Amino acid sequence: MLSSFLLGATEGGLFDFDATLPLMAVQVVLLTFILNALFFRPVGKVVEEREAYITTNRAEAKQKLAEVQRLETELREQLKEARLAAQKVINAAEEDSDKLYREALALANSEANASREKARREIDSQRDSAMAELKADADNLGNLIVDRLLASK
Amino acid sequence: MGFLPFTLPFAELEVGQHLYWQIGDLRIHGQVFMTSWIVIGALLALVVIGTKKMERDPRGVQNLLEFLWDYIRDLARTQIGEKVYRDWMPFIGTLFLFIFVSNWGGALVPWRLIRLPSGELGAPTADINTTVALALLVSLSYFYAGLSNKGLRYFEYYVHPTPIMLPFKIVEDFTKPLSLSFRLFGNILADELVVAVLVFLVPLVLPVPVMFLGLFTSAIQALIFATLAAYYIGEAVEEHH
Repeated sequence: MLSSFLLGATEGGLFDFDATLPLMAVQVVLLTFILNALFFRPVGKVVEEREAYITTNRAEAKQKLAEVQRLETELREQLKEARLAAQKVINAAEEDSDKLYREALALANSEANASREKARREIDSQRDSAMAELKADADNLGNLIVDRLLASK
Repeated sequence: MGFLPFTLPFAELEVGQHLYWQIGDLRIHGQVFMTSWIVIGALLALVVIGTKKMERDPRGVQNLLEFLWDYIRDLARTQIGEKVYRDWMPFIGTLFLFIFVSNWGGALVPWRLIRLPSGELGAPTADINTTVALALLVSLSYFYAGLSNKGLRYFEYYVHPTPIMLPFKIVEDFTKPLSLSFRLFGNILADELVVAVLVFLVPLVLPVPVMFLGLFTSAIQALIFATLAAYYIGEAVEEHH
């Protein structure tokens, strides 16, 4: 009985081999081709397309990021340069205005000095002439007094 | 069911009974084909629904299909290698999906409610014909993979690394399909039997953990079968240096 169960010599049994085996094999092979056409190829296409899409997008983003970083450093450099240039301009302008101020101050000083000097000289000369006139008047008066005194005697 | 050495009413389990269909001179196990068609139909339905409108942002069943695709690709790629895994991915994937859905279908669907004149419905993988057919396909595949990739240099594999290995490698060609088919067959049949016996003896509560264990075993067996098939193909196409 055990042998008939094992070998399937009679009807049934666990190890009853028959045409089920090759037909099942054919069925599985067919299923492989059908699933390949309906499942593995289309899904693979979608997944791989997405993977490619993600990869290219990532590469692009990386490239863009690098570009942005490059531009940023470049702009930073430019900003630094511009700042330096502006500082220079400010310094130059400050120096200029300082110079102008000094020049104007010096000019004004010298002009003031000159006009003061001129005024003093004028005052001096007027005083001298006034003194000379006074002296002459005093001399005349003196002479007149002397003449009169002499004449009365 | 005279083979059991005791006479409990185990005959209720109907082990080894088949529903025979006669096609010309050929006799086939009808119950195996019926369930296998249901399994194949379920698979095809899932695939057709999932791939009907595929988008770059996956939604619904497409997510599941992509997860499966990715899982199978990883399995095939790690076992077969980067170079030829694409050629064999459909085969490995079909083995995995067919065995997995068969096993889980056998464990989850209450087939016993459908009465057949003889035999009973169950996982197609609980029939030795199915598992041997799958295992022989694997054998053919790895021979074909080896020969098509390396030509006659494939047979270098038999004397690699030393010619002493020759008899062992030849024996391996027989033990590989044998172990593949019997592992799957034994596990699934044993699971069905254990559940059936427990249901028969203690119909309530007790079979439930065993059923969960059965689901676990079923999934693991599908994974083992697919992984080993991929490994054998990978071994055949591997370049020795």
